[in-house]
Amino acid sequence: MKFDKPAGTNPIDRMAVVGRPTPRIDGPLKVSGKAPYAYEQQDVPGKPAYGYILGSAVAKGTISAIDTTRAERAPGVLSVVTHRNAGKLGKGRMNTAHLLAGPKVEHYHQAVAVVVAETFEQARAAASLINVDYARESGAFDLAAARAGAKDATGSDAPTSVGDFAGAFASAGVQLDQTYTTPDQSHAMMEPHATIAAWEGDSLTIWTSNQMINWGVKELAATLQMPPEKVRLISPYIGGGFGGKLFLRTDAVMAALSARAVKRPVKVALQRPLIPNNTTHRPATIQRIRIGCGSDGRITAIGHESWSGDLEGGGPEAATQQTKLLYAGANRMTALRLAVLDLPEGNAMRAPGEAPGLMALEVAMDEMAEKLGMDPVAFRVVNDTQVDPEDPSRPFSQRNLVRCLEEGARRFGWNRRKAPGQGREGRWLVGMGVAAAFRNNINGKSGARVRLDRAGGVTVETDMTDIGTGTYTIIAQTAAEMLGVPLAKVTVKLGDSAFPVSAGSGGQWGANSSTSGVYAACVKLRDMVVGKLGFGPGDAQFEGGQVRVGNRVADIADAAKGGELVAEDTMEYGDLAKTFQQSTFGAHFVEAAVDRYTGETRIRRMLAVCAAGRILNPISARSQVIGAMTMGVGGALMEELAVDKRFGFFVNHDLAGYEVPVHMDIPHQDVVFLDEADDKVSPMKAKGVGELGLCGVGAAVANAVYNATGIRVREYPLTLDKYLDRLGEVA
Amino acid sequence: MRPFTYEKATSAQDAAAKAAAMPGARFIAGGTNLLDLMKLEIETPSHLIDVNGLGLDRIEEIDGGGLRIGALVRNTDLAADQRVRKDYAVLTRALVAGASGQLRNKATTAGNLLQRTRCPYFYDTNMPCNKRKPGSGCAALGGFSRQLGVIGTSDACIATHPSDMAVAMRVLDASVETIRPDGTTRAIPIAEFHTLPGETPHIETALEKGEMIISVALPRPRGGTHIYRKVRDRASYAFALVSVAAVIQRDGKGAVALGGVAPKPWRVEEAEALLPQGPKAVADRLFAGARPREDNAFKLTLAQRTIASVMAEAKA
Ligand SMILES: Cc1cc2nc3c(=O)[nH]c(=O)nc-3n(C[C@H](O)[C@H](O)[C@H](O)COP(=O)(O)OP(=O)(O)OC[C@H]3O[C@@H](n4cnc5c(N)ncnc54)[C@H](O)[C@@H]3O)c2cc1C
Ligand code: SF4
Repeated sequence: MKFDKPAGTNPIDRMAVVGRPTPRIDGPLKVSGKAPYAYEQQDVPGKPAYGYILGSAVAKGTISAIDTTRAERAPGVLSVVTHRNAGKLGKGRMNTAHLLAGPKVEHYHQAVAVVVAETFEQARAAASLINVDYARESGAFDLAAARAGAKDATGSDAPTSVGDFAGAFASAGVQLDQTYTTPDQSHAMMEPHATIAAWEGDSLTIWTSNQMINWGVKELAATLQMPPEKVRLISPYIGGGFGGKLFLRTDAVMAALSARAVKRPVKVALQRPLIPNNTTHRPATIQRIRIGCGSDGRITAIGHESWSGDLEGGGPEAATQQTKLLYAGANRMTALRLAVLDLPEGNAMRAPGEAPGLMALEVAMDEMAEKLGMDPVAFRVVNDTQVDPEDPSRPFSQRNLVRCLEEGARRFGWNRRKAPGQGREGRWLVGMGVAAAFRNNINGKSGARVRLDRAGGVTVETDMTDIGTGTYTIIAQTAAEMLGVPLAKVTVKLGDSAFPVSAGSGGQWGANSSTSGVYAACVKLRDMVVGKLGFGPGDAQFEGGQVRVGNRVADIADAAKGGELVAEDTMEYGDLAKTFQQSTFGAHFVEAAVDRYTGETRIRRMLAVCAAGRILNPISARSQVIGAMTMGVGGALMEELAVDKRFGFFVNHDLAGYEVPVHMDIPHQDVVFLDEADDKVSPMKAKGVGELGLCGVGAAVANAVYNATGIRVREYPLTLDKYLDRLGEVA
Repeated sequence: MRPFTYEKATSAQDAAAKAAAMPGARFIAGGTNLLDLMKLEIETPSHLIDVNGLGLDRIEEIDGGGLRIGALVRNTDLAADQRVRKDYAVLTRALVAGASGQLRNKATTAGNLLQRTRCPYFYDTNMPCNKRKPGSGCAALGGFSRQLGVIGTSDACIATHPSDMAVAMRVLDASVETIRPDGTTRAIPIAEFHTLPGETPHIETALEKGEMIISVALPRPRGGTHIYRKVRDRASYAFALVSVAAVIQRDGKGAVALGGVAPKPWRVEEAEALLPQGPKAVADRLFAGARPREDNAFKLTLAQRTIASVMAEAKA
């Protein structure tokens, strides 16, 4: 099915199931421990051996010698796989560095060997008996130092320019020119990257934890240099990914190589201290923002440049993305500049681009509002645009940013906000901050198969994943709505490459894209049902387990009397996304308190108002936004991979050193969804929401801290050491 | 983890004697620190002597005043003890500011005193570290040292001692009671229990080979307002950037010890005489001769401001 014109009325509009608060259907399995994660899968043919990965001790250089003899002789050891015996390996298109080092080492903790043994403990103990000699080379590990040599990014990341930015900025009555920095961040998902691999002849099955089944199949096949048809990838439950599991990682490759070496299944989980340097991370940025305004508060010039680094052949953190679209202004420019660094490989982490980009832009907007003497909400409202500011012939499909801001201000009590540094409660300095949330909506081609059985039961199969987001439930809701059956009649099977290829989970495209694919398959199944029942053409109603055309009625199950009906289809998209800019919007409000003695910041209240099209399941959408707000607090106040610029690695590479918020950090949180349905995006009229919830949170926190203290900090995270000396004397 | 043998001690003296006789032997109590370090091969004992079940898990009153805390009393039980809450509240406050409920259920008094540093380079066996591997160098010098020490450190090591409990015990003038392999016992004042790194950062306490902690004695209660203030980047479940344990009397006199700044709980008795002159005078004396690094120099400001906060709270 192709979606190439705005959706008319369709069965989803009934919203008898879709849009209703629905507890997740996989919840009971998860809370009773019956949802097996990758490392726990029991369907494996034979008892798996355990693999343990040894990471490189240097960031850059070559392995000059590697001696595995002691490890091979250790108790329980079955094999040690290194670049010397792994056979020739290819590289996936989406991996920048290789997933097995040797002889070259491309980054710290890059996999150097995997030890396979009867038990995990034996494998781990033997890994420390491997002797590796490295010829260490110097590398570039400091973004600030590499900034001067950075190059303009190309392709869709190339610089943009509209009007005369330089001239308009120079002549603007009020100007802001500031630089902000965001650090490297780690996904820190609960479940580590983990895989069980088993070979049967030349066919490989892997049970793994991966957001993108089809990418995983192709990339693993490319790496192992085998036909993708011979790879089966199964990933039904995922304990968080946040972009860290979009791509093939070394657990899958090492498990496959080990299983081939020992001729039996092997399981590999990345040990926590290996993850931050071995896998991908969100790259640090240096961002310069210039805004020029007239005294009426209208933006006349806006410029955003961002510098980030990656390994040779990698990509930039697209932190300027939102600045192309968020505010009006006739003269504008953006530029992404990429430096080559020898730190571990950077890549997507939840809301890549916008998350760090808004951490800078929305603080700049706060600073500019103050220069203008305007309220930060009013300043944003004045600069709203209903068209793509880089190409005014393109309207937004739907844009309710102003409503989000105004509704949020009303609910949050924004009018009680005081001047900077004026809010005091005992030892606490208290303030409020606001930021706009913005994230583009992306649709991806997505397929599904729907089966109707004799008992009227419906089964949906798609290789779509549920990364803890609630996909099982919204897919069941979609099928139930389309076929007019109760939710309990729908079974959803996900995360298996044997199923039709879906859009996968990432870029907040998963919910809308995958349910649209299910919609397409259900439309086909509805036609088959009507045909089987022998009902003539007409407007068929599917409701209450029955099918009605005119005055003819039958149970839907009757259609499958003669055998199961199976329909498969894929939703594809025309160029509506070109004609209309499709984005999601929101406003974040934060109240923060700063201890005037110690500078500790504690969040008190948070509110997000989101405009993200139709909300398919308010319960899971809310929990997505709550989780994202929590992550935003982490990014604002504590999360940072500390770079050792001599040795070239992230030093705090475990969950003791890399702090994320704990329960006590997270106060009262509230989420409001505006009632929307966007007919330009899909038949579901829904958009993404899981990343929107993170976009802007960091800036809202930073702005609240500024309002509380009167101190502006432009380097994230806002740890107390950055402003303690500006906090004013205490007796 | 390296293979090791394991046995249960039959008495404290038995444990001490065995620990002295067996090269590579270590006591194990709650295991919350030792086992983590063994998994990472930072600690590689060849033999573990389990000191649980020796009856050292009681808190008793000392004739003439004071409390004797058994070496195996769990942090949770110590924090909850009515006598501790009433007369040594700074200790309860310090304990509950540490780790998590689950860990405190396992962690013991002796184990807590002997927990090892959280220096990130100590934890990464690819990195040089004089404490982990004497003579290999110190990666933290010139590296990421935001969490590390500003005073009492040396050119060989700038790590801090991470315990909260020990800081409160220092302000309470506790003494650590031990038994030696020959059966003799002694009491080590807490001030002398942890040693400064100097050239030998791998030596962290005054304990002799095989010497085992049997209890910690607290002197008679001294009254006053008991405060433990732990400053950290997140609200719980994190080690201190700076912590202040204080017992302040009505007349403004008192005792103050700091955590997160030095290789041991940091207390300078002469500084306490300056309490009436305010936090700056106290901090200046406490940190005379401090040698901060660029990324932890803020701890000096933070310590002074935290002392100010504690003094204000004591007055209120
Ligand atoms: C995630 C995490 C967070 C933490 N956060 C904090 C925190 O915020 N603040 C804090 O203060 N602590 C914190 N801790 C540390 C915790 O307090 C210690 O791990 C615990 O107190 C150690 O006690 P244990 O009984 O488990 O010691 P074990 O691990 O059993 O032993 C530790 C050491 O003591 C020796 N030992 C044990 N008993 C004796 C004895 N009787 N005589 C001589 N030697 C002995 C052992 O040989 C070993 O070397 C944290 C720990 C973890 C894992
Ligand atoms: S500070 Fe001490 S513990 Fe840390 S690396 Fe240096 S020697 Fe090791």
